[in-house]
Amino acid sequence: MSDTSKIEIRSLRKSFGSNEVLKNINLDVAKGGVVALIGPSGSGKSTLLRCINLLVVPDGGSVRVGDTRFAFGEGAKLPDVRTLAKFRATTGMVFQHFNLFPHMTTLQNVMEGPVTVRRMAKADAEKLARAQLAKVGLAEKADQYPATLSGGQKQRVAIARALAMEPDVMLFDEATSALDPELVGEVLNVIQQLASEGMTMVIVTHEIAFAREVADRLIFMRDGVVVEEGPARQVIDNPTEAATRAFLSHFHRTGALPPANATS
Amino acid sequence: MYQWDFGILWSYRWLFLNGLGVTVGFTVVIVVLGLVFGLFGAFGSLSRFKPIRLLALTFIEAFRCTPILVQLIWFYYALPILAGVEMTPITASALALSLYGGSFYSEIIRGGIISIDKGQSEAGAALGMTPGQSMRRIVLPQAIKRMIPALMNQSIIQFKNTSLVSVLAVPDLVYQSQVAAHDSYRPLETYTAVAVAYAAILIPLTIIVRRGEKRLAVSE
Repeated sequence: MSDTSKIEIRSLRKSFGSNEVLKNINLDVAKGGVVALIGPSGSGKSTLLRCINLLVVPDGGSVRVGDTRFAFGEGAKLPDVRTLAKFRATTGMVFQHFNLFPHMTTLQNVMEGPVTVRRMAKADAEKLARAQLAKVGLAEKADQYPATLSGGQKQRVAIARALAMEPDVMLFDEATSALDPELVGEVLNVIQQLASEGMTMVIVTHEIAFAREVADRLIFMRDGVVVEEGPARQVIDNPTEAATRAFLSHFHRTGALPPANATS
Repeated sequence: MYQWDFGILWSYRWLFLNGLGVTVGFTVVIVVLGLVFGLFGAFGSLSRFKPIRLLALTFIEAFRCTPILVQLIWFYYALPILAGVEMTPITASALALSLYGGSFYSEIIRGGIISIDKGQSEAGAALGMTPGQSMRRIVLPQAIKRMIPALMNQSIIQFKNTSLVSVLAVPDLVYQSQVAAHDSYRPLETYTAVAVAYAAILIPLTIIVRRGEKRLAVSE
């Protein structure tokens, strides 16, 4: 699998002070694969996600995305800021709290990466940004500021902003956890569309029914270790580990996705 | 009962205007220089490198926690003896006031930068920005908006602090009015007029600052 995998993580370790949040994690994501990371809060799933684009720098192990590999731990030199920036430009990330730039319009938010990081001409970046906004159904909101948008719209802009960098990999960090229930569907719809287009994705989520539909692999984490891993439907429908069963018992695992109204 | 006679000040009008010119010019210089020191102090205190952080914090606290009057006198009388640097009263007081103001500007600028949610620079980093790019494009534009009222406020204080340079015989408004008061034997009229002159310049400025604050509050 490692020959064709897009993301490869080996023996990853991370501690915050004396708190060991990741203990020897291995993870492979195939090209075009969609992996859902689930687990109780404090299980380390968000930290693991942030290690993939090195927003969190691991203490040990290695991270490879595409052809770029970084090793951490004793004897390994920490990558410098330019190398890190270049690496992160190839992965898109969507945050729980959107983190849109409030001093820029929606269009400027989406143009920012292409213009500042990819040094694209303004006119080309605008064309690209408008296309991405149209893709998430928000073409007509281009000139509005984020403060005037609903949570679901904000998150769709954030997805468009990440996509404007034309990344190989998309990382979702609890992208729907801060949304009102009626707004979750429109964001999940966009993610599902990306999955169907073959985007490689790692999704940290509490939407178990969504993970079952969209992800091909599912990883259940607890206390910094991978407890169970396998095809999403199999793990959700027939978990083998007691901890996984206990966690999943809190959720509706099947059924329709929340209603989507992506045109609003 | 004291007989007020402000008419007598008219004959000193050029002296006052001259002094006012020096005061305003001096303020411009120490605000601009102070902001430069403030930027260095702020970025220094946020540096990833500990020696730079310590240097910046030492500068900030040394000037923030000693009285400006003592600093003025020290720069003029003590520095030449210690460092062998001879300075004119104007240079010494411009330097002391700029560094003093800079220490306060540092704290305002640093506070503005760290008040911006960490998610903002994370979002910049996730797009592939270097720390410098995300500071320039994402953090500073938002932080400056928040700093402006406090920076204006500190600059108003700096304007009033220039009155202290008269102790080093810099011919500012206060110094010239001392001359006028001694010459005319009318200190009450003179200092009343000087107080009015400071207020006449500052009250409109404070109104502008307050309006600016309201506008910023609306746009947030």
